[in-house]
Amino acid sequence: MSDTRVIKVNGEEVEVPTDLTLLQACEIAGEEIPRFCYHERLSVAGNCRMCLIEVKGGPPKPVASCAQNVRDLRPGPDGSPPELFTNTPMVKKAREGVMEFLLINHPLDCPICDQGGECDLQDQAMAYGRDGSRYTENKRAVEEKYMGPLIKTIMTRCIQCTRCVRFATEVAGVDDLGLVNRGENAEITTYLEKAVQSELTGNLIDICPVGALTSRPYAFNARPWELKKTQTIDAMDAMGANIRVDSRGREILRILPRLHEDVNEEWISDKTRFIWDGLKRQRLDKPFVRENGKLRPARWDEALGLVAEKLGATPADRIGALVGDLVSAESMKALKDLMAGLGVKHIDCRQDGAPLGEGGAGRAGYLFNSGFAGVEAADAILLVGTNPRAEAPVLNARIRKAWIGNLGLKIGLVGEAADLTYGYEHLGAGPGDLISAFEMLDGAERPMVILGMGALARADGRAVLKAVASLAASRNVVREGWNGFNVLHTAAARVAGLDLGLVPGEGGLDFAGILKAARDRDLDVIYNLGADEFEGRDLGGAFVIYQGHHGDAGARTADVILPGAAYTEQNGVYVNAEGRAQIASRAYFPFGDAREDWAIIRALSDRLASKLVGPLPYDDLFALRQAMIADAPSLGRVDEGPTGEEPLDLGALGVEGPLDGAAFRYAVDNFWFTNPIARASETMAECARAMAGVEKVAAEESVR
Amino acid sequence: MAVRRPAKDQPASFEWTPENAAWCAAQMKKYPAGRQASCVIPFLWRGQKQDGWISIPMMEAIAEQLSMPYIRVYEVASFYTMFNLAPVGERFVQVCGTTPCMLRGANSLKDVCKRVIGPENRVTDDGKLSWLEVECLGACVNAPMIQVSTRDSDHYYEDLTPEILEDMLAAFRAGEAVKAGTANPQRHTSDPEGDDTTLMDPSLYDGSRARPIGKLPNSDTKPAAG
Repeated sequence: MSDTRVIKVNGEEVEVPTDLTLLQACEIAGEEIPRFCYHERLSVAGNCRMCLIEVKGGPPKPVASCAQNVRDLRPGPDGSPPELFTNTPMVKKAREGVMEFLLINHPLDCPICDQGGECDLQDQAMAYGRDGSRYTENKRAVEEKYMGPLIKTIMTRCIQCTRCVRFATEVAGVDDLGLVNRGENAEITTYLEKAVQSELTGNLIDICPVGALTSRPYAFNARPWELKKTQTIDAMDAMGANIRVDSRGREILRILPRLHEDVNEEWISDKTRFIWDGLKRQRLDKPFVRENGKLRPARWDEALGLVAEKLGATPADRIGALVGDLVSAESMKALKDLMAGLGVKHIDCRQDGAPLGEGGAGRAGYLFNSGFAGVEAADAILLVGTNPRAEAPVLNARIRKAWIGNLGLKIGLVGEAADLTYGYEHLGAGPGDLISAFEMLDGAERPMVILGMGALARADGRAVLKAVASLAASRNVVREGWNGFNVLHTAAARVAGLDLGLVPGEGGLDFAGILKAARDRDLDVIYNLGADEFEGRDLGGAFVIYQGHHGDAGARTADVILPGAAYTEQNGVYVNAEGRAQIASRAYFPFGDAREDWAIIRALSDRLASKLVGPLPYDDLFALRQAMIADAPSLGRVDEGPTGEEPLDLGALGVEGPLDGAAFRYAVDNFWFTNPIARASETMAECARAMAGVEKVAAEESVR
Repeated sequence: MAVRRPAKDQPASFEWTPENAAWCAAQMKKYPAGRQASCVIPFLWRGQKQDGWISIPMMEAIAEQLSMPYIRVYEVASFYTMFNLAPVGERFVQVCGTTPCMLRGANSLKDVCKRVIGPENRVTDDGKLSWLEVECLGACVNAPMIQVSTRDSDHYYEDLTPEILEDMLAAFRAGEAVKAGTANPQRHTSDPEGDDTTLMDPSLYDGSRARPIGKLPNSDTKPAAG
């Protein structure tokens, strides 16, 4: 049986795979088919009837092209290829008829609809509809539904395509949405109007072809054509989702996903999508200097002078540098060079304390080696100390996709039991259960281990890493042509930091060590580049320089604040957990006096020139990138995913040691508050309340 | 038909009677493992017969029993109009209002219901009666007609007039039994009124007019090739 077949579309012969739908076949032939309910990543519903085409020799009626396969076409009487038509009078009339029916109950409120300008129904009515309406009866009205703090519903606009129901059930894995009642009274609702319990609900807004589900935070804010669209990279988790930032002037108005098959497909998490109000709050927009215990605004000149004075006057072994989770590779490179110039050894980017990037295991020792897409190739997945639903929701959706698509896929979890939206075997809670848990991978063709920060960011992290690596080696997780050893980071900056070698050198203190030394008054100056996720405000008598964009934990401990730019405000390279370097672009300028992070460090180096060999040797971002790529060549391979060829010596990972019996604690315990931007966001706080079951937040009442 | 919503006042919990619980267990065995969701309609119907209507705790209990998400059960219960999402009277009068019954006077039956029972879908204060207009119940030949449901029965009352219906409702309210079927004394079931007027020739029934069958269709099959 051949896998492709020759068919004719509008008289042109094309050869298409037989498992495609007629709609996809027509698209290959270059014909656009209008559609509402059909979506490439969802099951076929066939209920909007917009994709009708004519099939020669088929039944004498239009055929819903989304719901028939090329395989099922009958050949012509003399064995000639089957013929499809998308431009005949019959098709035109069918489309006009369907469109007229769809518009019968659709309100004509486009001028006040947030979907206006990017609405499938609007566009297709223009392209395929009749020019007027013959309907003079009353239209139906549907009561609004509550779907959580992120989704605004205007259900009268709904055309019952059920994309949202299918998305929630199939991709997000939450059976909350449904189509209730029937016929003219059919309506989409969540069960008893509870919030949709998922981290991916924002995608419902994207897949809704009309204005029934729109973004609540973005409501009535802008029209799509007024917005400046910047293609960039997300920094909320280590997936590096491809996003588009829509801004107007200096104001960020919304964030949308971009298509990247190997990273985020076309989904993004709610944190990625709705974080933007956090980018406007609690911002550090001018330098601050602490005076008599209180921070007061200062000028750049004064702040930089003070910092340079302190750094210049302190011996290098009494200086520590911390690097946070959202920092771009360029600023890390600049900080690394500055600290190296001063001779500082105490520098660490591993805020959570996971012992990665040590020993001789190489780069593959801390990467998601199979790639996110590789999840779909695995036939057994063991999750160790990770809850991907909270740590990388889009990856979790991909694991679910693999689980649905492959009935033979076995998934095991070592860690606290959690609702991951797919079935898994709970194989234990802590390091003590690792040996028995790995038996799950016995006999698997392509076994995969996903090692989370929850397993590594603990006192016995090195021993756990050693144990997991040796168990993985015994199960052939890494072999010729397959590398299933995956580390799932939680911080966007981490892999770039490890690539640049921002780990303590010989005799250097690690992250926790620097904090402890400061408390013990063994360090005098701490340079904190955007690190906010550590506990304990007290850093002893150390003079703390905080460079960052939000007034959060880090800023509160600071003696000098140097206001930097957030990930949407500067050009920078981020490397995701797969090791894929991607370039984030500036969507709008930083607030107030804030400056790009690398430029601040470069300016500081000017003032320390006498102590350094000279100022840092780059005057623009291009030169900095050149230096950065010379330092870590992998950062120059933009959008290059894992090849699987990277050498990995599992034996070199971790250090033999006693294992603590305590259960793994997941790295993310509250998905909505993982970084300073999220903590500043009211939307995130509202989501956290809604997900915790504090029902129907006030926002809903205000819409009614 | 209006939009159907679950009733405002819901019971705190739902429990099968022992007899129904046993019946449910038997039904579930009819389906292969993992396909128990197929029982959802019979279960909802049984639950409605037990309680008179389908409450949210009942839907949730059934969903858990059949390993279904709540919303899937709710979708089914809200789709079929035979499922009552709110309490109904002890005798639940369903007036057929589809074309044949409408032409034969269903509208005047509805007027009687409105006058005697009250607005649609509202239970009388004594809890005895409630009524609802429904779509075709398939007894058009005896139009106009109603169906009256109780916990243990569903009966058709046919060939009604406003007067007959009014008496009937009074009898229902008093708890009296009313003979089901046609209310026209001249008719037997769905036969025509009065005596037969056609197809009366006895030769129709003694076999004398039957055409002899020469051969059965498809009886001479071709011998198999080769």
